[in-house]
Amino acid sequence: MTDSGETSKPRDTSRADVRTADGAVATAGGAAAVRAGRRPAISEGKRSERRLGWLLCLPAAVVMVVVTIYPIVYAVLLSLQRADLRFPDDRKWIGLSNYVTVLTNSFWWHAFAITMIVTVVSVAFELVLGMALAMIMHRTLVGRGLVRTLALIPYGIVTVVAAYGWQYAWTPGYGYIAHVLGGNSAPLTEQIPAIGIIILAEIWKTTPFMALLLMAGLAIVPDDLQRAASMDGATTWQRFTQVTLPLMKPAILVALLFRTLDAVRVYDNIYVLTNGAQGTSSLSILTYHNLIGGLNLGIGSTMSILMFITVAIIAFIFIKGFGTAAPGTDTTGRR
Amino acid sequence: MAAITTRQRTGWTVANFVVAVYALIPVLWLVSLSLKDKSTFTDGHFIPRKWTFENYVNIFKVGGFTQPLINSIGIAIISTVIAIVLGTFAAYAIARLEFPGKRLMLGASLLIAMFPQVSLVTPMFQIERSIGLFNTWPGLILPYITFTLPLTIYTLSAFLREIPWELEKAAKMDGATPFQAFRQVIVPLAMPGVVTTAILAFIQCWNDFVFAISLTSSNRARTAPAAISFFTGASQFEDPVGSIMAAAVVITIPIIIFVLIFQRRIVSGLTSGAVKG
Repeated sequence: MTDSGETSKPRDTSRADVRTADGAVATAGGAAAVRAGRRPAISEGKRSERRLGWLLCLPAAVVMVVVTIYPIVYAVLLSLQRADLRFPDDRKWIGLSNYVTVLTNSFWWHAFAITMIVTVVSVAFELVLGMALAMIMHRTLVGRGLVRTLALIPYGIVTVVAAYGWQYAWTPGYGYIAHVLGGNSAPLTEQIPAIGIIILAEIWKTTPFMALLLMAGLAIVPDDLQRAASMDGATTWQRFTQVTLPLMKPAILVALLFRTLDAVRVYDNIYVLTNGAQGTSSLSILTYHNLIGGLNLGIGSTMSILMFITVAIIAFIFIKGFGTAAPGTDTTGRR
Repeated sequence: MAAITTRQRTGWTVANFVVAVYALIPVLWLVSLSLKDKSTFTDGHFIPRKWTFENYVNIFKVGGFTQPLINSIGIAIISTVIAIVLGTFAAYAIARLEFPGKRLMLGASLLIAMFPQVSLVTPMFQIERSIGLFNTWPGLILPYITFTLPLTIYTLSAFLREIPWELEKAAKMDGATPFQAFRQVIVPLAMPGVVTTAILAFIQCWNDFVFAISLTSSNRARTAPAAISFFTGASQFEDPVGSIMAAAVVITIPIIIFVLIFQRRIVSGLTSGAVKG
């Protein structure tokens, strides 16, 4: 469609980047060839498998690289500059001093702490609730289709709007929760209750996401294995922890990983519920306020990069922790 | 399966009921807000005392909600389809084939999923302005494909590893090329995993706010969630919350339909994945 014609330009500019990726691949391939060199030549099948592998990955890789390479490089470069739109003439390279500024700033660490609390608490609850929900969706004997659809609705509702719903529910004079609580307490105007509400909204909204991914994992556990275990005298709990959970590892990894990546970047809910007031600012909110509201591109970009590094560390820990259950590891998932 | 005992039936009914209550109470509250008459809007009752459909009429008549709704549906469907096709290719390669660069591919897509989207919006805005993609469908479809691909690739490759691949080998033995084996044997088996992923990807595109608000400037490409933020109520002096809630209810309906249609496939498909020999 028009699509391809209009994007031909960035594709050209990015060709160099694709080639570097190819280059890295080629070196790896070269190393393999050297190793294989002792036994002459790789088999034709191996070579065509390799070619097919690259061919199948290429379209996805090209799209991802073309769309994100410039914005990411741009953010990295900005983080090394003094770039404040309020003082456009004062723009210059300042090395890592933006990083020093951010990392020695108490607002940053406060937002960091809030983000971590929200992430850990909500993801922990979501994993447990999501597992329970997945079990119900997977095993229920009555009204299965209906339950599955109902359970997924919260995830389907636009976050911003759901957040408005929660905000109204808790606002005195408007909301049913505030109505039930009575009095004039406005929980969204106090730090700890507000964080609680943010976490609640997050949990409600994204538990179905966990549940759907976990349900896909549950369905992989063979029924006969369960039956065999119960014949050997395993209790329900033992069957769950020793048969079901280990087999679900890949599904749990994917669900936890992507949910955590999202949770660390929590934005919409906080934006609507408190907009970061009363010390409820998350890292994304702080970044947004600097980038867009405060027009301080240098500091804002630095915050983005630091957030990115934080998330990358978390992802690395997850993948290492799960070992061979991670996709792409050499041992296949087949048992 | 053994006959269902009364006790089991009661147990599951209770469990289902708990799920329904958990999922629906906040949703019904949104519906209630959308149906409340202006005079009773701030009464704090869960069930409206005075009902009105005025908000629903307003968003379409005054708010011009039809075009954003069409944009949303079109953009989300196109993005999902493309992301699923590209993602399935890549996931198949990662799950099944040995080739150098596999880890690079997984790592890179994860990095893209991790980058804070707020900071990508400004440079993307600049690029799209300069190449004429700003405020067009492709201008949103491209980022949506990009940011649903990582989840797609991960979910699908985790799923595809569990498929009975002996069938593929059999097909190859019968003389099929790797590509034929992929298209005719594996794709049908992979369908349930693909559907699960498609639902997640569709919802992700459908719910996006950050890109939608930054990369559009008019109803030409503005999606429903972004359009909602421009609601001002029937007149500019009116509180738009009723309209916002009505719009929220309206844009949730396609999601429900989408899930209703496809959840059957998850069911049957995933079970058939479990009965592998």
